[in-house]
Amino acid sequence: MAQTGALGDKIFRAVLLLAATSILLIVAGIFVMMVQNAMPTIGRFGIGFLFGSEWKPAQEEFGALPFIYGTLVSSVLALIISVPISLGIAIFLVEQAPKGIAKPIAFMVELLAAIPSVVYGLWGIFVLAPFIREYLGPVLQGYLGFIPLFQGRVTGIGMLTGGIILALMITPIITAVVRDVLEAVPTTQREAALALGATKWETTTIVLGNAASGIAGAVVLGLGRAIGETMAVTMVIGNSPQISASLFEPANTIASLLAANFAEATDRTYLSALIEIGLVLFLVTFVVNAFAKILVMGVASRNGKAA
Amino acid sequence: MTSLTAICAAFVTGLLLLIIGYIAIRGFSSINFQFLTDTPKPVGEGGGIGNSILGSAMMTLLAAVIGLPVGIAAGVYLAEYGRNWYGNTIRFVADTLIGIPSIIIGIFIYTLVVLPMGRQSGLAGGLALAVIMIPIVARTTEEMIKLVPSSMREGALALGAPQWRVSWNIVLPAAASGIATGAMLAIARVTGETAPLLFTALNSRFYNYYLDQPMSSLTVQIFNYATGPFEVEHAMAWAATLILVGTILIINVLVRTVTKRRY
Repeated sequence: MAQTGALGDKIFRAVLLLAATSILLIVAGIFVMMVQNAMPTIGRFGIGFLFGSEWKPAQEEFGALPFIYGTLVSSVLALIISVPISLGIAIFLVEQAPKGIAKPIAFMVELLAAIPSVVYGLWGIFVLAPFIREYLGPVLQGYLGFIPLFQGRVTGIGMLTGGIILALMITPIITAVVRDVLEAVPTTQREAALALGATKWETTTIVLGNAASGIAGAVVLGLGRAIGETMAVTMVIGNSPQISASLFEPANTIASLLAANFAEATDRTYLSALIEIGLVLFLVTFVVNAFAKILVMGVASRNGKAA
Repeated sequence: MTSLTAICAAFVTGLLLLIIGYIAIRGFSSINFQFLTDTPKPVGEGGGIGNSILGSAMMTLLAAVIGLPVGIAAGVYLAEYGRNWYGNTIRFVADTLIGIPSIIIGIFIYTLVVLPMGRQSGLAGGLALAVIMIPIVARTTEEMIKLVPSSMREGALALGAPQWRVSWNIVLPAAASGIATGAMLAIARVTGETAPLLFTALNSRFYNYYLDQPMSSLTVQIFNYATGPFEVEHAMAWAATLILVGTILIINVLVRTVTKRRY
């Protein structure tokens, strides 16, 4: 019994170890395969690839800047819209709402994350884009039209629509992490603040202060998702490799470029350029996600020790 | 301030209901039995999504057959043997992998499977979905196993059972319902994936039962219909979306209400 047990233990553990190691192998494999297949353009264009502003595959001219710009601006736009709303929902759910209301609302916000990206894209094309073209766009131009951000023709398809769709899609993720972080703040802190005569809202601000780095982690995590979000953005951003000050103009992101063009890229150089820009996206999202994880872990372990 | 936070919550839940309601209304008006079984036809001749439903089911099944055992085994490792630097590294990398855009996974499988094979295939699509599943299943499995009281392990060990028997016969059955929940949510998640299938499985206009051929999927078909120029195509996109979102939401609601826990 002891003998078979020892042998069984060894086999069992080896199988599990292999499965767990596959996760490391996948990430290493992604990196190696992408570098290998991007080598033709990495060697040919070098670092200039990242700063070129012209993308003309037919003339073998590959500049990634418009896509990096589009990815950054649409993601930041999404954060500006989503972070206040997500914080509001999380505070409402953890600090204010009675349990009977908090639970169904939390559930519904989580369901938002379950809806596939392509469905947001469909909704974006046929509901959000017309709404922006008919209502939101003209209103913004009416009041803020003197700022370059809001100039130009409003077609409903462009950077702003992409940013709003992204905001909607990252809200459940940011909300969920902020909720966890707020729940990790010990109740004693709230009781202490209330006992000292703080109002409910003042107490909440103290809790927020203590959860700050975790909230920052949630925001960075949301940024990571926004950077990599593909289908919905592809369907509403207009897929035009231009750098324009106006939020109403069509733009493009790295992920959208890949989604729209990868299947047709049969030319070896073009394929290599697309894989290289994909490599950029991989590295950026990997670093952003790792950073977010470190921030959120910090809060969890600190409060774990305190409790 | 309290009313402001409540407005945020009401606004977002309202949007969810608005989106689902819109899908239901637009979708129901173009669904019928023929639509569910037919293959895509040239514009104006009707057509349906039967082959796309089959393709999605086949690739999701393939993903589950590969992704679930590997993911669950990885999760068991993390929970039972993972309290060291190696476990911490894998945990960290798994969490980061979950956040990697799924289109990157698509490129990975393209270079690994599609280029050597010389064509897109259902196999490549299913593999891409499996890669997406593994880290998700691993982490939910780990969380579920950690909920099993250590007194159960200690009891079995004290009776002389070897460690692997304890994991296999005591801990896994105790955590089974939680692991199943995580597995179902992961399946729902990959059913809705589009980006990793775009250039791995590509698409097909026909019923295709072979994994070495390009394969249609509901999501890629929705993308094609939605970005097409014709009103009929848009109507079919909404109808297909109703099927897709209906399936995913039913899995989510069922799984979460049955288990009554938050994952």
